[in-house]
Amino acid sequence: MVSVHRSHRVSLPALATASLVLVTLALALVFFVVPNDADQGFSQRIFYFHVSIAFTAYACFAGGAWKALVHLWKRDPRADLESYVAVHQGVIFGALVLITGSIWAKISWGHWWLWSEDQLVLFLVLFLFYCAYFMLRYSVDAGPQRANFSAVYALFGVVLIPVSFLAIRIAKSFIHPVVFTRSGPNFGGWMLAAYCVAQVAVLVLAYTLYRIELAGKRIDLRLRELRLA
Amino acid sequence: MSYAADVGALARKDLLLELRARDTLPAMLLFVVATFVVFHFALPAHSSELAASGLLWVAIVFTALLGLGRAFVPEREQGVLDGLVLAPCDRSAIWLAKGIATFAFLAAAEVVALPVFALFFHGLRGSTVAGVALADVGICAVGTFLGAMAVATRARDLLLPLLFLPLAIPIVVGGVGASVVASPGRYLGFLGLYDVLFGALCWASFEYVVTE
Amino acid sequence: MIRARRLGKRFGDKRVLRGVDLDVDRGAFAVVTGPNGSGKTTLLRLCAGLALPSEGELAVDVPRGRIGFLAHEPLVYRELSAIENLELYGRLYRVPERRERIGMLLERYGLWDVRRDRVSSYSRGMTQRLALCRVLLHEPELLVLDEPYTALDAAGAELLDAQFAEMRGERTLVVSTHDPARVEPLATTRLALA
Repeated sequence: MVSVHRSHRVSLPALATASLVLVTLALALVFFVVPNDADQGFSQRIFYFHVSIAFTAYACFAGGAWKALVHLWKRDPRADLESYVAVHQGVIFGALVLITGSIWAKISWGHWWLWSEDQLVLFLVLFLFYCAYFMLRYSVDAGPQRANFSAVYALFGVVLIPVSFLAIRIAKSFIHPVVFTRSGPNFGGWMLAAYCVAQVAVLVLAYTLYRIELAGKRIDLRLRELRLA
Repeated sequence: MSYAADVGALARKDLLLELRARDTLPAMLLFVVATFVVFHFALPAHSSELAASGLLWVAIVFTALLGLGRAFVPEREQGVLDGLVLAPCDRSAIWLAKGIATFAFLAAAEVVALPVFALFFHGLRGSTVAGVALADVGICAVGTFLGAMAVATRARDLLLPLLFLPLAIPIVVGGVGASVVASPGRYLGFLGLYDVLFGALCWASFEYVVTE
Repeated sequence: MIRARRLGKRFGDKRVLRGVDLDVDRGAFAVVTGPNGSGKTTLLRLCAGLALPSEGELAVDVPRGRIGFLAHEPLVYRELSAIENLELYGRLYRVPERRERIGMLLERYGLWDVRRDRVSSYSRGMTQRLALCRVLLHEPELLVLDEPYTALDAAGAELLDAQFAEMRGERTLVVSTHDPARVEPLATTRLALA
């Protein structure tokens, strides 16, 4: 039986520690060190995490699509599970994007939802798409067919991301949402530093969670294999 | 050009099957006209004329879904897909042929539906028709592809709309844009882009949907 | 032609085949027997190329277009006629002199008179005969047949016996069956699955 264990260079305890340190540092920077935003004040701080989480979600979906390609192309027996876990993380962080975005919208503009926020709308579409990914996966029995279907659908997802984004942009000329203007943040010194730390922190956190879930699922798989033998 | 010959043979088979069964196309026609009537009652008095154009696209997507759900049923139900997969032809030909046949049915339904729409809702622009043609390509390409997957799952016809609708959102944007905006070129171009990108993806990956 | 070593197949949690070794040379007649659920169908699907092994090795030296596979299902469209079904497969397999070959097979298997009727109107035995026509249409080098005698009446079974006798030594056959006695005289290789 081909082992589905892949040895990683960085160990899990090291990753977990790094996550903890980085996230704490990011929180400290964002809430205590960075100066208030000129327009929106304190509420804007959630944006540092909102953007970091969004980027991380894209990275997860891209990672999932990459592993999907590896599965289809090289028939690597480990790739299906890795693709699935990456997409799963992407959905979790995607949900966080929607939540943090919604909170920011409520605090800043008084509405829980804004159709004018492109990123938010994009994540709504992606969230629907990747939830369907899980429905697809649960609707097929485990085996090569399920792995193939999941991989192909993950590839569709990654093509959908830019296409949807473009669609949302061009839809604006006939949807005419109420446009809320927001001046871009002036990325001076501490703001840039805080954003960078927050971004790295969320990425490392995501990778740690990915590794944890992957390890758990692999143990599951190994257990089932042993039972079959 | 044996690829074209394979696609031709398979598409002929699909058209023949529908002509024999004669159930999908009439159902789609009836459904789309009934939907228009529902729209009339769903649009409050002071809605703009453009609202109806937007709803046209909803009707098209859901009518297409009706037909798409049936596309691969004969193959999966009777296990014939194995027979096609065993043949020496490129597997993507199976998808392409099925897509072409579905396009033919959708277009046939629209040839009736669009004039009816123009009748009920006062007019139809040329750009709308162009948009419908381009959108149909995307709908059939992606829809038949997903239909092949959905029909192999436990959830079957429950699953196809879930898989398809997020992917249909850009099509609706392109279509509605082409229908209502003064200079629709951008939207028609976008629909073309969608068709090319997703068409290529479907063509390249159908092999993996029907084999292990 | 076919070489399998420690071949295994599982679908998710279910193991269907395990540790199968098989050697089938060109011109051989391999008979696969075993109780229900022993994996005969799965083994044949692996040989035909419809599934990939989960473990072990499998080498089949024949290109896809030269294999003929008879499954549990007849693999024909019920809403098309016999002739339309065979026309489709004839085109896909690029059978030379398609019309003549189809006519010859339909006649041989007693389906000429019903060739324009929809398959849904056939009896199970007639459908099985049509399935045999489909398998033989492109004169495959390797025939993989899953319980080919199913649903055949005495006349149909005799036709099949005659076909086997004709192909002996020239084509390679892998046949699974519940009734090994029938094919026993022709068998050169035997495999019994547990």
